[in-house]
Amino acid sequence: MTRFALIGGIYSNWRALETALFDIARRKVDATFCLGDVGAFGPYPDRVFPLLQQAGVLSLQGNYDNSLAGGLADCQCGYTDPRDNHFARVSYDYTFRNTSSVHKAWLGTLPTSRRIEDNGTRLLLCHGSPRKINEFLWESTSPDGFLRYLLDDADADVLCVTHTGIKWHRDLGGGRHVVNVGALGRPENDGTPVVWYALLTIGRTVAVEFVPIHYDHEALATDMRAEQLPGEFIETILSGWWTTCLEVLPQKERARGRF
Amino acid sequence: MTSAAAVDLQHLDNLWLQVSGTRCNIECRHCFNSSGPRGTPFGLMTVDAVNEAIAAAAARGVREIYFTGGEPFLHPQLLEMVAYALTVAPTTVLTNGMLISDRIAGTLAALAAGARYSLEVRVSLDGYTEEMNDTIRGRGVFRLALAGAVRLARRNLLPLITVVRTWDDDSELATVAAFVRVLKDAGCDRPRLKLLPALPLGRELTRIAGLQRDENVTTAMLEGFDRDLLMCSNSRLVTDHGVWVCPLLIEQHDARLGTTLDEAASSYELRHQVCVTCWRYGTICGNRSAFIEGPVIGAAPEAR
Repeated sequence: MTRFALIGGIYSNWRALETALFDIARRKVDATFCLGDVGAFGPYPDRVFPLLQQAGVLSLQGNYDNSLAGGLADCQCGYTDPRDNHFARVSYDYTFRNTSSVHKAWLGTLPTSRRIEDNGTRLLLCHGSPRKINEFLWESTSPDGFLRYLLDDADADVLCVTHTGIKWHRDLGGGRHVVNVGALGRPENDGTPVVWYALLTIGRTVAVEFVPIHYDHEALATDMRAEQLPGEFIETILSGWWTTCLEVLPQKERARGRF
Repeated sequence: MTSAAAVDLQHLDNLWLQVSGTRCNIECRHCFNSSGPRGTPFGLMTVDAVNEAIAAAAARGVREIYFTGGEPFLHPQLLEMVAYALTVAPTTVLTNGMLISDRIAGTLAALAAGARYSLEVRVSLDGYTEEMNDTIRGRGVFRLALAGAVRLARRNLLPLITVVRTWDDDSELATVAAFVRVLKDAGCDRPRLKLLPALPLGRELTRIAGLQRDENVTTAMLEGFDRDLLMCSNSRLVTDHGVWVCPLLIEQHDARLGTTLDEAASSYELRHQVCVTCWRYGTICGNRSAFIEGPVIGAAPEAR
């Protein structure tokens, strides 16, 4: 039996990452994978890199990482609304300015996907979807038939992604699963400051467990104030409700939130 | 001129259903498929034909289903078909909102709450005042459309307000803020706006006669271009007269690709001027995958 920890969407939340890695170390997993988007949103972007590297986390490149490494003009998050794009710009400019060239270069070395075969299960890890680094796989807009198509097309039994910032798991039967591992960087629009990662156990069957991380989110808010990050971002960290990047949410996920 | 580019259907992500044909209860000045209350070329689809198309698309791993027209709520069995679609994939209804009564809003909200997948209702509104909207969409439309949107919002089925951009860049922030304010005051307390460019098609083409540029998508324009942004690479439109490559080309005979989705899986040459719109903005017809040219926003836009 093999057990993996899957983290994603760190968004520079070094305090949540530190707490999560401590929790993961206690569980003695076989490996820890980060599915990308190390930077964005949070304070002091350079602080997450040593934590990932010292813990031996095997990281993938997300769209944000791809932009930072390539010196692109924006984060490629796929927003289409003027207000969403405004805050994405504020976040990207801050993160780009405050990420060292060494760390940007490291992001450029990361693969965009990873395949693992374990106990006869073909596992595919990527950031957005197997088709696109910035494709959103939301629970309410990813029908079973479409997920089966993605698995068939990618020759995989289990697909793990992040990018949306909200976790979910679909058991498609016959040993086939799709998991969105959620995000450590930002709470998931549910009114609590908790963030999440996933544990994947592969044996005769595949099991998925989501782990809540309670971290010092008030200290992170203090860090963010010191870095003069937008009040809207700080409010999300403290309240658990998304205040920005809302227009990409499908109806179901949007209706569950406050804003 | 260089040759028109051909685009293959990569995967049927989006099934579009011209469920009410081009029959509509109003006659908007800018309507891209010339829908209206008078005799129109496309009629209502039968429930069997719609369900058959949904089942065929489901077998292909469809990602989203869209009901469009005309005005979909003119179809007496729309809700029944939406209920079936929601068992297969996230579903969207594009409407002018005028026929959304309390009973219909209640049924839609119950369907949305009971489904695993999202139900989106896109309500068209082209102005934040009666004068601004009704000049384009017809007298009395603003009041009824807004009332329909509010009935949905009050049931936590947050409508996507679809607005054709008819203002210039300088007034973008003020215009969007005005829409938000009017919607909130009316009872849509969390307004969602989708901005669209006006399309050089249908009645709009007549309206702007002489102003349009003569251009099409060439093979050179697709070199290094992400073809996933083009609707013809991921969508097909089923009507009562066969299957078309996309909703925008419904008036073009060469865009009819067959009678079934299987027949219509062939590639398509981008011969039409409107194909440039898709090349420029991405698949604007989808719920979110649109990038509309607008001003660079300096200050933080007002919260919704």
